[in-house]
Amino acid sequence: MHDDVILKISNVSKSFGPVRALRGVDFELRRGEIHALAGENGAGKSTLMNIIDGILQPDGGEILWEGQPVRIASPNAAQELGIGLVHQEIALCPDISVAENMFMAVTNRSRRFLMDVGSLKQRARAVLGQLCDIDPGAIVRDLPISHQQLVEIAKALTLDCKVLILDEPTAALTEREAQTLFGIMRRLSAQGISIIYISHRMVEIFDNCDRVSVFRDGQYITTAPISEITPSGVVNAMVGREIGTLYPPKQAADTRTEEVIFEVRNLTETTRFKDVSFALRRGEILGIAGLIGSGRSEIVKGICRLEGDVSGEVLLDGKPLQLRHYGDSIAAGLVYLSEDRKGDGLFLERSIAENVSALDLRHVSSAAGLIETDREIELARSLGAKLNLKYGRLSDPVSSLSGGNQQKVAIGKMLSVNPRLIFLDEPTRGVDVGAKSEIHRILRELASEGVGTVVISSELPELIGLCDRVLVVREGRIAGEVAGDRMTEENIMRLASGLEAAPQPTLNA
Amino acid sequence: MENSIELTAAAKQGSNPVKKFLRIRETGLILIILALFVAMSFASPYFLTWVNMRAMVMAFAVEGIVVVGMTILLISGGIDLSVGSVTALAMVIAGSLFLAGVDPWLASLVAIAACTGIGAFMGFFVTRIGLHHFIVSLAVMVIARGACLLFTGGRPLGLFSLPPEFKFIGQGSIGPVPLVIIVFLVVVLCFDFMLRRSTAFRKVFYTGSNEKAAAYSGIRTKRVIFLTTTLCSALCGIAGIIYMARFGSAQPTFGLGMELNVIAAAVIGGASLNGGSGTIFGAILGAALLSVVSSSLALLDVSVYWQDIIRGSILLTAVSIDHYLNKKRDAGGKA
Ligand SMILES: Nc1ncnc2c1ncn2[C@@H]1O[C@H](COP(=O)(O)OP(=O)(O)OP(=O)(O)O)[C@@H](O)[C@H]1O
Ligand SMILES: [Mg+2]
Repeated sequence: MHDDVILKISNVSKSFGPVRALRGVDFELRRGEIHALAGENGAGKSTLMNIIDGILQPDGGEILWEGQPVRIASPNAAQELGIGLVHQEIALCPDISVAENMFMAVTNRSRRFLMDVGSLKQRARAVLGQLCDIDPGAIVRDLPISHQQLVEIAKALTLDCKVLILDEPTAALTEREAQTLFGIMRRLSAQGISIIYISHRMVEIFDNCDRVSVFRDGQYITTAPISEITPSGVVNAMVGREIGTLYPPKQAADTRTEEVIFEVRNLTETTRFKDVSFALRRGEILGIAGLIGSGRSEIVKGICRLEGDVSGEVLLDGKPLQLRHYGDSIAAGLVYLSEDRKGDGLFLERSIAENVSALDLRHVSSAAGLIETDREIELARSLGAKLNLKYGRLSDPVSSLSGGNQQKVAIGKMLSVNPRLIFLDEPTRGVDVGAKSEIHRILRELASEGVGTVVISSELPELIGLCDRVLVVREGRIAGEVAGDRMTEENIMRLASGLEAAPQPTLNA
Repeated sequence: MENSIELTAAAKQGSNPVKKFLRIRETGLILIILALFVAMSFASPYFLTWVNMRAMVMAFAVEGIVVVGMTILLISGGIDLSVGSVTALAMVIAGSLFLAGVDPWLASLVAIAACTGIGAFMGFFVTRIGLHHFIVSLAVMVIARGACLLFTGGRPLGLFSLPPEFKFIGQGSIGPVPLVIIVFLVVVLCFDFMLRRSTAFRKVFYTGSNEKAAAYSGIRTKRVIFLTTTLCSALCGIAGIIYMARFGSAQPTFGLGMELNVIAAAVIGGASLNGGSGTIFGAILGAALLSVVSSSLALLDVSVYWQDIIRGSILLTAVSIDHYLNKKRDAGGKA
């Protein structure tokens, strides 16, 4: 029993100034198991993983590796022990090829003067092949986020490790890619490799893991075999209280109207999408589904004039909008929450308050164009309270927040301008269950207050649970629409993959 | 709950004036400069005299105006190597026009406008063509210097006949304070205030810290970069005119190596070459530090060759100390 424990953490603590990220936590990993970690945003999961990977040093406590106390001084030391970590945030070099990224550690250790690019590519292709079809010669910057995430995972697979840590790997993956990953995880575990798997999605944990450990507010709560605990048991342990139904009620039948608040007609972009038309009615939440690369984000970015050379009509409250760039769009009340919060959603090195106010500084400045810090702090404080944000000081840089709390700052930034219409691209990526239902509740509230709400998500249960109607995009066109009873994962996937022509949808135009 | 506890802790910390002072970014620099003052006042009785003080400030006051432009440009993520030649070009244009019979005030306006145009030209190449600031300004540095030599045939232009009202800009004083220093202080205070408080300059910080995120916040980042590039050259133009009034001549070889001094001052003062951070106050302290060092070395009769070696070392040391203190402050600020 004891000797099959490969890694044991006991009484480990870590503080960042006033924030006690870990307070004497214990954790035990057996050989060949898939061990899930669950906990709310900021519970300390990533911090613990960073300690195991040698990126952070614990303030106190002990780490036992195969029964021996060890000090893991650096990621290099962790690698030598056989620990591989896939970070929550993508950390690839954007300007070099996939293959070079994957073998960075190998190249780093190599004594040879020249890199053997040909063999690197070949080895990269072999590993990538298990995951999906990515060209090892492609430059990372040009890949969509989900493929970058797969490259991160492939990179960890190239290390010859005994413990593989995956910190929210599926947050940026599509359903199908996630399933492939789970297959690989099971194969590795059959080979005796232990996996620590962090996720906020209960389904994934319960379908694929052997045991689950729960953390709350930097403390270790419990560990249980999956067979002996229920999803709601895990959630209750995470939040320390009962959580109600996951999704807020849908738009009530008697408040349904035909009043269109927003409409897009024949939106076309040279290469990425064509003839997109749809309408949004007052009070509804509209979902947009589609595979990665289908053009769903591009359409929405096109509407907001964030990128692309777009033609077509955009009408708000029946009046056509003349939008030339995103600034016009914000002024008209149309805002877009980016799917890539690290790359283009947030200013990581700037303070929480400065991030929240960035969309329209006029909300926090005087008529003369001078910023009033008090108002800026107050804005961030009130939105932070609304979104239940966990932070030290509002003047701390956003980079000091946990992943989910960073996402809340990004959402707070959107809400700061009291938008008329809000496009949310993966709004709950990396957000814990409690905060997720909180965000869903807020979106429902916004919708019923008459704010147009459009949600893009790769998580089909989220679209189905949250939205009143879902548009499905395939290859830059709207392939169909589902609502009511027809809103099922199967119907959406069919439309998205074009497996079968769905019955002609009734497009509102 | 948790938040409020931490907030009160932070508030307490902020209310202690000593700790508050230590948390200010520029503290390290101020302490270094003070230490130099103390050491020098022992080493040379002449150091702490009014004349020497004034000379030290005069030495960096005009360049300080360029430092302001450079700091703002650095914050937006750019850099400008052409500041020295553009400053010289302003002198040469205004000087040549004056010698050709144009009113000196009008000639100065034309020169400043020309420099602004050069900035816009660089901004165009950076934002529309997509070239890097470094390359564009390197090319313009060479071109502008060439133009200076071309207009003057390589010889300084003597401008002894400049009217006294005009020379007053560079040579006059109001009471005991030279006008140059007053202009310098006004420029510095205005820009420092605006950089801290105005929405327009906040956008410069956003753009420099993450250009894409700034674009995704509705900020027209290309316009911001275009404007900061133009502003820097315009300030060079103004500096050039003041120099001309002060020297009563226009020198085509003026300002060789100025870019290094100016960038060094901004970086010593905390500006990052990666964009997104920096303050005018810090940059001016950086310029002051360099000037105090030069003046001290001169007073101590150190050979010119050694002076360069020492100045370079000071640059490294000051940036390292500042970097170290900030890391400590960032860690300590959360403790
Ligand atoms: N470098 C840092 N500086 C200051 N505080 C930090 C730092 N890193 C983490 N924290 C804080 O430590 C706490 C735990 O963060 P951690 O990233 O481990 O959370 P998490 O459980 O991974 O959350 P999430 O699900 O949102 O990713 C948070 O309150 C966070 O703000
Ligand atoms: Mg995390």
